[in-house]
Amino acid sequence: MSETPEEPAGPRRVIGTPSPAPKAVDVRTEPDRPAFSAEPENSRHAKNAERIVAVLFVIAFFAGVGFIAAYVGLEIGIGTIPKGANPVVAVLRSNLALGTSLSIALLALGAGSLIWVRHLTPNIEIAEERHDLRSDPEDRKAFQREFAEGAAISQVTRRPLVRRTLLLATAPLALAPLVLLRDLGPLPQTSLRHTVWKKGLRAVTLGGLRPLTPADISTPGSLITVIPEGFQNDADALAKAGVILIKFAPGELHVPTNYDGGTLVSTMNWTIDNIVAYSKICTHVGCPVALYEQTTHHILCPCHQSTFDAANGANVIFGPAARALPQLPLMLDSAGFIAAASDFTQPVGPSFWERG
Amino acid sequence: MSSIISRRRHPAAGYAAVAGGLVVAGVLYSALSGGGASAAAPAQDSTQVSQGHSLFLQSCASCHGLDAQGTAQAPSLIGAGSAAVDFQMSTGRMPAKELGAENGRKPTTFTQDEIHAIAGYISSLGGGPAIPSPEQVSSNGANTGLGEELFSTNCAQCHGFAGAGGALTYGKSAPSLNASTPTQIYEAMLTGPEAMPVFGDGTIPPAEKQDIIAYVIETRNEANPGGFSLGRTGTVTEGLLGWVGGLGFLVLIAMWLTARRRDHVKGESEQQS
Repeated sequence: MSETPEEPAGPRRVIGTPSPAPKAVDVRTEPDRPAFSAEPENSRHAKNAERIVAVLFVIAFFAGVGFIAAYVGLEIGIGTIPKGANPVVAVLRSNLALGTSLSIALLALGAGSLIWVRHLTPNIEIAEERHDLRSDPEDRKAFQREFAEGAAISQVTRRPLVRRTLLLATAPLALAPLVLLRDLGPLPQTSLRHTVWKKGLRAVTLGGLRPLTPADISTPGSLITVIPEGFQNDADALAKAGVILIKFAPGELHVPTNYDGGTLVSTMNWTIDNIVAYSKICTHVGCPVALYEQTTHHILCPCHQSTFDAANGANVIFGPAARALPQLPLMLDSAGFIAAASDFTQPVGPSFWERG
Repeated sequence: MSSIISRRRHPAAGYAAVAGGLVVAGVLYSALSGGGASAAAPAQDSTQVSQGHSLFLQSCASCHGLDAQGTAQAPSLIGAGSAAVDFQMSTGRMPAKELGAENGRKPTTFTQDEIHAIAGYISSLGGGPAIPSPEQVSSNGANTGLGEELFSTNCAQCHGFAGAGGALTYGKSAPSLNASTPTQIYEAMLTGPEAMPVFGDGTIPPAEKQDIIAYVIETRNEANPGGFSLGRTGTVTEGLLGWVGGLGFLVLIAMWLTARRRDHVKGESEQQS
């Protein structure tokens, strides 16, 4: 890596900067720079380029006409498409024709323009002198003088009543954008900490809306997504209340533990007959998490690969999630169906500012 | 006893030990397999069960044990049911080619009769879900809309919205459903093969299973907007194509735009120098 002795003496080049270029004559600053003629080139190359440009422009013309024809000709509305035709297919066909024709038109136009510039116009490099942005002292003085004259003529300096009422009139308008920020609120208060689950609220399957007994989930390795009964059309409630029920074989489910205010709380009594309920909302950024592998008891989030161990309180064993999936305490209602024993004891879903 | 110990280094001692072990194993085998046959439930067609048993001993017993009781390599099949056997064998997953993270679909070397015979034998060992009838898996009268909702809720997280499959943890993956028959989809839901959870008749009743099957089958026939399926795996292939293909094309265009112009004509270059 030593420098070669042939290298000419001079200031050492800093790594990362361009190597010194051979001294070149800058034609732009030469006073006697050659004049470029605007006369058309008549070489074979120029003629070929001219023809290619013309062909591209003609293609662009026909593609543009085709776009109009496709817009007018291909009907997509129900009632205007031929009887028996599939409206979805009609829309797809129309989109394909419109997109293809417009793409070809714009592409041919652009390609033609580029070939024009690169192969037909003379290769000139033009430098523009860069001037000081600051105005001349005379111009600045003249502007100051005219501004002072204008202020005097408008009487704004001599009539303070008009000036002050003008300021008063514009003040509310200036404040209006700040008032619009109010639409960012109201603050969520405690709504992020609670879901609609409460004691005795039945869990029903999402889709079939059927309540479940423990016998319905009797096979170990079973998984089902449930929602609170009666909230199937309440998107706000469902956004937080989705729950997965998992059935374990006897002995597979370890006692999940929780610290509540420094006291160790067993959550084994939150399960029924080895059926455990976890929030379906990932604690990372809230994706629905239900890739349950019954062989490993892993629950995997499809968005960022957070992995939870369902047999151990859904603790995080991999990925960016910071907390275990909250567990929903379960009980049997009087009719023998699976229901919530209470709301979640922790906020479900991703972190938020006030969560602590 | 002392004579055996004194001769344990005799050149023939190793052969004698192997021969003795084989005799013991043979006696134990005949005793155990005889016991198994006598304990089998007589509900099944007995010739089918015995045919299935002999096929099981040829092709399955080396991993699953002589009485399907399971070994260190493979689980017990007692109580697995005929649906699990039919799913695993008709998709070619069993007999397994090698011990890996999971077994993929491959062409099966068994006829349907042979598979049903082995399924009958496993079923005779006790319980488990049965192979569904053709009427149970038919899409006739199924509600494809509800099927879509159920598929999105229960299946799409692993198999993708169009059933194209997806990756799981530690080398496992959820397979594509494109090659699955309705019977195999039904059996997979019922038995939960490998890492897949079980969706028994209690959580997803037979009618809803039919809806899901109808949705999976109908999705296969949907047209691909734009003309290419891109594997139907969603944003991964679309993003790859967009970044590599689309962005690469734009980069090439930008390089062409900013490249120094070559002078094609000799006179032109002389003029400019």
